[in-house]
Amino acid sequence: MSVVNVPAQQYRLESVRKQFGRQQMALDGIDLNIVRGERVALIGPSGAGKTTLFRLLNCTLRPSSGKLWIDGEDIDLLHGQRLRKVRQRIGSVYQQHNLVPRLKVIHNVLAGQLGRWPTLPSLLSLFNAADVELARSALSQVEIADKIFQRTDELSGGQQQRVAIARVLVQNPEVVLADEPVSSVDPTLASTIVRLLIDISQNTHKTLLVSLHSVDLALAYFPRVIGIKQGRIAFDLSPDKISDDMLEDLYSVNVRDPIATETTRETVEPIAYSSLG
Amino acid sequence: MKPSSPSLIRPSAKAYFSYLFAGLFILVFLDSWKRAEIAPQLFFSPRGRASLLKFFSAMIPPDLTWNFLSLMLRPALETIQISVWGTLIAVMIGFPLGLLGTHTLAVRGILNDAELQGAPLRRSLRYGVYFMARAVLSLFRSIPEFVWALMFVRAVGLGPFPGVLAIGVAYGGMLGKVYSEIFEAVNDRPLEALQSTGANKLQIFFYGWFPQALPNFVSYTLYRWECAVRASAILGLVGAGGLGQQIEISMRMFNFNEVLTILMILFLMVAGVDFLSAKVRALL
Repeated sequence: MSVVNVPAQQYRLESVRKQFGRQQMALDGIDLNIVRGERVALIGPSGAGKTTLFRLLNCTLRPSSGKLWIDGEDIDLLHGQRLRKVRQRIGSVYQQHNLVPRLKVIHNVLAGQLGRWPTLPSLLSLFNAADVELARSALSQVEIADKIFQRTDELSGGQQQRVAIARVLVQNPEVVLADEPVSSVDPTLASTIVRLLIDISQNTHKTLLVSLHSVDLALAYFPRVIGIKQGRIAFDLSPDKISDDMLEDLYSVNVRDPIATETTRETVEPIAYSSLG
Repeated sequence: MKPSSPSLIRPSAKAYFSYLFAGLFILVFLDSWKRAEIAPQLFFSPRGRASLLKFFSAMIPPDLTWNFLSLMLRPALETIQISVWGTLIAVMIGFPLGLLGTHTLAVRGILNDAELQGAPLRRSLRYGVYFMARAVLSLFRSIPEFVWALMFVRAVGLGPFPGVLAIGVAYGGMLGKVYSEIFEAVNDRPLEALQSTGANKLQIFFYGWFPQALPNFVSYTLYRWECAVRASAILGLVGAGGLGQQIEISMRMFNFNEVLTILMILFLMVAGVDFLSAKVRALL
């Protein structure tokens, strides 16, 4: 059972597949190694399976088949408390920032430490915020410390994304995963937020995986770029080795099987979960 | 959201089904009209009109003497008190059972996929608890509070206490079912994010679930309280105290003027509760 792991290995995936329902193969045989401290960008057309891959990497979903190791731990063997401990070491930033709109900013930020917070004090903190200084310092790193006691749904989209990043700062994980973190903000803000994520990961030696709509951002800021198409890895290279042809191929519609491609593009991403739930 | 697949049923067959259902639908109402012995013409028959008139004229004018009103003060207060405690017990029953009976919290959806895949024992345990909670809730609400009150009167004797218990149990069943529906309707994206920090279910619930459900949760609970005020008046008819008992006494003594007074008091109380809950909802 035991597998010899290089100690620095963060993620290891062997022919990982994820299927929703009977037909939709969201991920179709992914092999991937990611070393601790690496910075990786994922690109690919929507519906390619990037979000599903993120949900596997942060232990929200499990592979339908294949093997996934996080830090040398086989996630097939993780349940309950041990699964939560692994989740705690992985911080996630989402496209829709996924904050709780009716909570104050401070509670959304402090939620980052829920994994290591005993239950009772964490619940009492909702009435009387426990660690104002921790929240304030995280928020000042993303430059919105003044919003700390505001209700989250009063903030703009860009500000909310900063709150989501502050939550990850409080969580202080080994890995930061960001799934399309900038596709709902304007281009200038987008590169600011990407740089913010890179700074955070560099300063604290975190592994960083970001999926991006914008190919330019991916090629400009990341030493390793993975292209994903139809649930498979199309290429996995450093940006200087990626040609325009490869990119065109990545985003092109497959002519030989137009109906299948159309279904994949239209349906996989939006109903990826709703078909299960 | 689902991909539109070409229908397997031919259009003619589909039309046939919809005619069938329309026919059945109409049939249900026609048959029920007969069996429920609905007879609006009774209102217009001379005898019906006379007895209606007699009934209403007997109620007018309401008995507004200080003597009677001061006598009603205690039962009115008692009705409110029954409803307050009944609703509190209902929340204490409905909240935990509703939580356990929430599909997306207990057994399916994004918060259970990683936890339950490849863990058959855990899965069957969760399903067991889930179905048990749903079953208890259905049992509690399928028996009318009136019947619960009759049973509790046998168990703990006459007075307001059996009324409190009856409302607590019957309304607990209703609240639990509606709570679970409110919880299921919550946006699960923030919950997914909370889960990814390593939070446990209880933390996810109080940080993400409950804050999102709070407005609906509060307004439905207050609505049930309003219903409980009315119900606790009815329960008095079977000996469970409050204004209902007074209605029963006045009816039996043919003092219909007093009955109207009591109904007016009841109306004011329900309107008052409605006003109060509107104020509370505005705060959220």
